[in-house]
Amino acid sequence: MKAYILKRLFIMIPVLIGMTIIVFSIIHAIPGDPAETILGQKATEQSKEALREQLGLNNPWYQQYFTYMGDLLKGDLGQSIRTRVPIAQEITPYLAATAELTIAAMAFAIFFGVNAGIISAWKQNSWFDYISMLIALIGVSMPIFWLGLMEQWIFSLKLHWLPSIGRMNQRDPVEAVTNLYLIDSMIAGRWDQLWTVVRHLILPSVALGTIPMAVIARMTRSSMLEVMSSDFVRTARAKGLSQFIVVYKHALKNAFIPVLTVIGLQTGALLGGAVLTETIFAWPGVGRYIYEAISSRDYPVIQSGILIIAFLFVFINLIVDLLYAAVDPRIRYR
Amino acid sequence: MRVKRWSSVVLVMMLSAAVALTGCGSSNNGAAGTNAGTNGGENTPSASVQDTLIIGRGGDSASLDAAIVTDGESLKIAHQVYDSLVEYKEGTTEVQGSLAEDWAVSEDGLTYTFNLRQGVKFHDGTDFNADAVVFNFTRWSDPASEYKFEGDSFDYYDSMFGPDGKRVIKEVKASDASTVEITLNQPQAPFLQNLAMTSFGIASPTAIQEKKENFKNEPVGTGPFVFKEWKRNDSITLEKNVDYWKEGLPKLNKVIVRSIPDNSARFNALQSGEIDLMEDLSPDDLATLEANSELQKIERPSNNVGYVGFNLKKEPFNDVKVRQALSHAVNKQAIIDAFFAGQAEPAKNPMPPSLWGYNDSITDYEYDLEKAKSLLADAGYADGLPGEYTFYAMPVPRPYMPDGKKVAEVIQADFEKIGVKVNIESPEWATYLDDAQAGEKDDLFMLGWTGDNGDPDNFLYALLDKDASNNYSYYANDELHELLVAAQTETEQSKREELYKQAQEIIKVDAPWIPLVHTTPLLAAKANLKGYVPAPTGTEYYSNIHFE
Repeated sequence: MKAYILKRLFIMIPVLIGMTIIVFSIIHAIPGDPAETILGQKATEQSKEALREQLGLNNPWYQQYFTYMGDLLKGDLGQSIRTRVPIAQEITPYLAATAELTIAAMAFAIFFGVNAGIISAWKQNSWFDYISMLIALIGVSMPIFWLGLMEQWIFSLKLHWLPSIGRMNQRDPVEAVTNLYLIDSMIAGRWDQLWTVVRHLILPSVALGTIPMAVIARMTRSSMLEVMSSDFVRTARAKGLSQFIVVYKHALKNAFIPVLTVIGLQTGALLGGAVLTETIFAWPGVGRYIYEAISSRDYPVIQSGILIIAFLFVFINLIVDLLYAAVDPRIRYR
Repeated sequence: MRVKRWSSVVLVMMLSAAVALTGCGSSNNGAAGTNAGTNGGENTPSASVQDTLIIGRGGDSASLDAAIVTDGESLKIAHQVYDSLVEYKEGTTEVQGSLAEDWAVSEDGLTYTFNLRQGVKFHDGTDFNADAVVFNFTRWSDPASEYKFEGDSFDYYDSMFGPDGKRVIKEVKASDASTVEITLNQPQAPFLQNLAMTSFGIASPTAIQEKKENFKNEPVGTGPFVFKEWKRNDSITLEKNVDYWKEGLPKLNKVIVRSIPDNSARFNALQSGEIDLMEDLSPDDLATLEANSELQKIERPSNNVGYVGFNLKKEPFNDVKVRQALSHAVNKQAIIDAFFAGQAEPAKNPMPPSLWGYNDSITDYEYDLEKAKSLLADAGYADGLPGEYTFYAMPVPRPYMPDGKKVAEVIQADFEKIGVKVNIESPEWATYLDDAQAGEKDDLFMLGWTGDNGDPDNFLYALLDKDASNNYSYYANDELHELLVAAQTETEQSKREELYKQAQEIIKVDAPWIPLVHTTPLLAAKANLKGYVPAPTGTEYYSNIHFE
């Protein structure tokens, strides 16, 4: 197993280098003058030129790339042009906010997606099957923007059940230690706030988790259908095991590998693709952080932000690969 | 073994999801009334009068150092933290004393002597005095100042008081601890008007010296609110300055300014009570707002212009007849009725009528397609313009233009009727501004401007003079230039007024723009919020706001 992990880590190196080149090239292909964007419409030409010089924007692109790579190897992600704060420090709270939302969204997606998929396969062609697959189809094609605003309108404005925006009650905040407010409110021993934080999480994580839920449900169903018709399941049934044990223990374990792939890919996609959800729910996550950086042409932040997300994506895929090996021992001996 | 560990992970994940969802379920099943109650309780923590204000706005500040910023969102916060020597009277652009109690101007208009308010302290406990004023002015004006940190530029100082080499202010010196004397190189009519701008707020010298680069993240001034915390892209927290020099102010204990980028989501948050005041209400939501008795509409005095500019570098828009023809082809009133919910008036001049010096005797190019056609024919284009032209329409809502693309479509349709074919393009905002400024890709563009300081110079010179960096039309008229420069140095108000009126006549005939609208930006608040008076400049103190 150790050799397998090492091999996998080794393969990651060229992937990561390739990533830096692509990210760097794309960003430098963006048209426009960062100096103007940073200093605003009312800036003078001298101050813009001075800023360009300071930021090294007048240097040739390869020189800028090597400077960037050198800094990266030193663990220096650079400094935001706009705020002058080191990015490694600045991005942490955003990453935490995104992590909290992503985990909650995926918990929602996995719980409902996997169970709906299993039951649909188990009771194939039943009403439950039809309805849940219809919901899955709608879920895949649902515009998040619309879903989010509808949720706010129904559950917040009309029913007053849940708060519409933000991560916690701003009038009575909890001190940020980890920036994962679920944990922070526990550290502070503020159980009332923990409840508030959970309530703030529900609407955005449902909005964000709907597409992955639908994808997971469809994948689980088709994978389960395949496994359910295999010999060992028939044998298990023949042994007289209860239907529940057969489905949830024997069949699910074998049907889970493709589902795991989907879960990994969807989690990765959520990390960077949550901009819409974060915008509607005023959730200060990494998607918005990068989005803001793009509109203010904060090159270092865009570069490092995309790189971190790409890195996490690769990392999650690595974990998924390792999980395959854990689920299916054949994989690691291949 | 491994398999078991893995499945237990999944089990834990599922369990936690289940726990979270049961929680949610019980809340849903539990009496809705109880939950509504909790929600209400969350918003008003105690039975006493609310003393925390939560404001929702579209974007975050870029920096909190007033001297280096030019964007409205940054200036709004800076305005709470700093005071300038003079300030605008609430809701107007009329100048009154602030950190300077009063002042005297010499006969020749070159020397201003300010008597400073005594006993005022910065938020860090240090004294405000004449030395602090000198320190700030030196920081803004000396290009070699060690307190001009990497990447900083004092753009407002440069644009209001002249760039290095052409400075209007010659010297700032402390005559004694509470007297400051400012000497000018040449008289500047809007000098006090300029000085009142938020960008010239006096910062604590000690704090700048100690915090250095970090000062822009932790500002210290003498203003009504003390900076507490900034979570970028999320919220800025301000607390009451208990030693504020204005008696009895501020009335609030705490102000939290949140960034909620989406207009609908921000309005949702106001309706559900999570925020108390919101900026930039979309005109589409006005009807909903007015139907809700728990909310109120607040109007910001109109001080802007939205316009379509011609790119005079391009054929055939360098021909004044073509520009005049197209000016006849825009139905401003129809645009206002369709997209502004009545919160705008048609524009005929490049500056708003709320400003002094506005020339109301000018008659606009009336909407008349036949006239437009005949003017085009006069210019030699009897069959309409030969090419297809690029019309830039802004991709983001602005206070002067809630939906640029839709307005552009209406204009496009009218142009089509007189044989002018334009294609609308809306690149991302930063690119849009770059392109519009470069004037290479666009033939026509839509933009706007919000006044900074209540002086016509801030519109006419800043946007249409041949030397102005914001003249994206590349319009150059020497006669106009002479008028505008004369108006800058003339100190007698009535003469300046006359000069600006003449300038507007020249601009009307040359038609470098089609002025579209002057809007009244809308804000919305809870009905029990009182004492909020929005300023035409876009920045105002929150110190009088209270709840009833």
